Amino acid sequence: MAWLRRNLVIIIGILVMVYILLPNLVVIVFSFNKPAGRYNYEWSQFSLDAWTNVCGVPGMCQSVGLSLQIGIIASLTAAVLGTMVAFALGRYRFRGRSGTNLLIFLPMATPEVVMGSSLLTLFIAMGVPTGRTTILIAHIMFCLSFVIVTVKARVASLDPRLEQAAADLYANEVQTFMKVTFPLVLPGIAAGALLAFSLSFDDYIITNFNASPESVTFPMYVWGAAQRGTPVQINVIGTMMFLGALLVVVAGQVLASRRSRRVA
Amino acid sequence: MAERTSGDLVLAGVTRTYDTFTAVDNIDLTIPQGSFFALLGPSGCGKTTTLRMVAGLEQPTVGTISIGGKDITSTKPYQRNVNTVFQNYALFPHLDILENVAFGLKRRGVRDWKAKAMEALELVELAQVARKKPTQLSGGMQQRVALARAVVNRPDVLLLDEPLGALDLKLRRQMQIELKRIQQEVGLTFVHVTHDQEEAMTMADTIAVMNAGRLQQVGDPGTLYEKPQSTFSANFLGQSNLLRATVSGVAGELASLDVHGIPMTLPASSLPGSGTELWLGIRPEKVRLLGDSADTSGLNTLKGEVTDVSFLGVATQYLVAMPWGRELTVVQQNDGMPRAALGSNVTLGWVPQHSFALDARQDADAGAEHVEDE
Amino acid sequence: MAVSTLTQAPVAAPRRARRRRAAVPYLLLVPGMLWLVIFFLVPMISLGSQSLQTGDVDNGYTMTWNFATYADALSTYWPQMLRSLVYAGVATLATLALGYPLAWFIAHRSGRYKNFLLVLVIAPFFTSFLIRTLAWQTILGDTGLLGQVAAWTHTDFLLSGFKDVLRTVGLINNDQLLFSPFAVICGLTYNFLPFMVLPLYANLERLDHRLVEAAGDLYASPFQAFRRVIWPLSLPGVVAGTLLTFIPATGDYINSVLLGSTRTVMIGQVIDAQFLRVLDYPTAAALSFILMLVIVALVVTYVRRAGTEELV
Repeated sequence: MAWLRRNLVIIIGILVMVYILLPNLVVIVFSFNKPAGRYNYEWSQFSLDAWTNVCGVPGMCQSVGLSLQIGIIASLTAAVLGTMVAFALGRYRFRGRSGTNLLIFLPMATPEVVMGSSLLTLFIAMGVPTGRTTILIAHIMFCLSFVIVTVKARVASLDPRLEQAAADLYANEVQTFMKVTFPLVLPGIAAGALLAFSLSFDDYIITNFNASPESVTFPMYVWGAAQRGTPVQINVIGTMMFLGALLVVVAGQVLASRRSRRVA
Repeated sequence: MAERTSGDLVLAGVTRTYDTFTAVDNIDLTIPQGSFFALLGPSGCGKTTTLRMVAGLEQPTVGTISIGGKDITSTKPYQRNVNTVFQNYALFPHLDILENVAFGLKRRGVRDWKAKAMEALELVELAQVARKKPTQLSGGMQQRVALARAVVNRPDVLLLDEPLGALDLKLRRQMQIELKRIQQEVGLTFVHVTHDQEEAMTMADTIAVMNAGRLQQVGDPGTLYEKPQSTFSANFLGQSNLLRATVSGVAGELASLDVHGIPMTLPASSLPGSGTELWLGIRPEKVRLLGDSADTSGLNTLKGEVTDVSFLGVATQYLVAMPWGRELTVVQQNDGMPRAALGSNVTLGWVPQHSFALDARQDADAGAEHVEDE
Repeated sequence: MAVSTLTQAPVAAPRRARRRRAAVPYLLLVPGMLWLVIFFLVPMISLGSQSLQTGDVDNGYTMTWNFATYADALSTYWPQMLRSLVYAGVATLATLALGYPLAWFIAHRSGRYKNFLLVLVIAPFFTSFLIRTLAWQTILGDTGLLGQVAAWTHTDFLLSGFKDVLRTVGLINNDQLLFSPFAVICGLTYNFLPFMVLPLYANLERLDHRLVEAAGDLYASPFQAFRRVIWPLSLPGVVAGTLLTFIPATGDYINSVLLGSTRTVMIGQVIDAQFLRVLDYPTAAALSFILMLVIVALVVTYVRRAGTEELV
């Protein structure tokens, strides 16, 4: 009984971890399934068909390609614009700071339905046809806030004395930025860009409002599949995404730990 | 890039005010080329601000700073031949040690930066960590790297902002000797800012004592210690006993004093001015505990009761209560002579030439507060 | 906010240089902020004005300050609105109940595995959340994982007992775990758990264990130590996690479509349908704003009651 009390937190913790990881495991396991019907909910037999024939299903790989394209462009654009804003907020005094902060915070607090639908209203009013470009515009919009918050945290944690040391050592303003400030903020920018990429790749609601039948992203494809019939290849893509994300996070951790190994 | 000018560092009328607060108030200082100079004072006295103005990281509100006659007051930090060793070292975490040390050399386009940087690392005995990152080094090693990074540029003036503050005692003592050795070997002008008076006295050729933005006294450690010119200096460097005295007459080379009714003497040359009200100062280590049969001719003597005995290892510190309510501090080396017991009545005596005198209008408690932890 | 500039501007700096330097922050801000103004603020305002217009797609809309749309929308769809708030609220409480122990476990009891566990918490978040939500169909379905595992290990009776409990509470309506309120809330909890765990972890990780020891030294039982020391100190993390969970959960409808039924329709679905199928823009816009206002009102009262000033 006492053992239970002492280790209660550990037991609950492990159970919750199982809860978090179970769907991922199911996705991975069922990517090796060969379902009897249109849907992939029951295990019938083990098969590598889906893995060997990933793009066999019409339209899926194109949707992945489109999602990748939009994800890369959106995250890079949001990274550039967002970093500029983060520097302005973290380094300079200017009027309208609280208004700016509010405008940055609002998209993170607004339901996706509202953001997606209002943007659609704008496009209709301006007469802009929905499609790839409108999706891109929407993605950059909702990624900006996340990039700004991420980079701003990094900029704020930068020791100002490092830049003073650089100036003391004959670096002018431009050189100080290029050689000291930017390299130190870069990890934050990378983290922001990665966050933006994953938000963009995974978005359904806002994308759905601003897309057209010709511009189908991967989440949109999956949604349609949920009504029509889920091909096993979806699980393959899901598994690849999971392993890819795992790889990136682990790589980041290894890099960070290597930098701080101590020497007596 | 400013061409090399060697020469004395001169601060003339340098003042720094922020809105209503004056951090540095009208400092006039000449720091000779090649000397080891210390700016000593408690936290908040303006010494770091003064240092930063010499580095160019802050601008004086009024006044000029020049090196070798060339006015550098309005130049940017990267335009001056001045380098700083920062308090928290400020090593670039994303560069390895060699690149850190070579940073200044590279910015100025020096061709053989690698050789020069390695040479500087050898000077601080850290050549073997050239490829490591700053986070992998201990505090003491980081400090030496910061020093190498500054010294390698052979600046006209090298500034050190409390560089030893974060080190433990043994390491600090070691580094004090190291810094002195390096300064003498390389021959640069070192300006060292510290609140530790022992450190300043150990390392510096000349010390400038600062308080509340103003200079209190400038001189070599010995003079500063034995002949302080203000109660602040008297209390801030080491300890002082300050006794209220009135001049009752001057006869030749000796002045007669009345200290709470007890007659004492003082060399007339030590009188601070024409006033008759004085603080008579005597350092605790100059006061002797006299035995009953001791010869007291020519000495200033006092009688009191021992209220505290503290064994310090090397010495014993006594607090002796005086009839007028104050306590005198006496420090005796533990040279094998018998110690006085708590509660016993003792006679104290000292040679008049060992005392100093200050104008009584000064605050006797100035500089005596315990220096706060930063 | 600390501003770091290399040198204080000398008193007699040339004016043109000073003006150029003062313009820098604005130049940096403009591109990003302009994007947000054009593609967030303007649409919001446009949505607001749309909600007060009358007309239809074919004949166009005119601004008539028609506040009646709000009243109509609310009276027709208040069940879905309420349901969204309830589901989101229950899911948020569930994430708190599940996420707090997990965050504590990772922060203080996981030893060498701390980073490994954090990776496991974050990594699922970066993979397609639609696919993962679909996986719940596999898990909760009649012939799905849960059912098959129960049959295998002969614990069917536990499963049907569980279902009975849920039926009495009204979380499921028949014999299915899937396509029920239970499944929707389960999905919501699952999807937003990382948003609760991470801020909590960030907060609990900084908690000085010696405070808990000090409480024990001063005669507090573990429960009292939690209530009086740990919980109050973790409040900023709790508030941050709750907001990051509740706000998106209210507007979410993916879980309800994939895991629910016609009886679990949430307000997000209604707005989506009004916009894309019924094409009744004023109603859709009115519902959007009502949703936002309700969220803002709840958030403000919650933050004020929780008594924390900073959200991060």
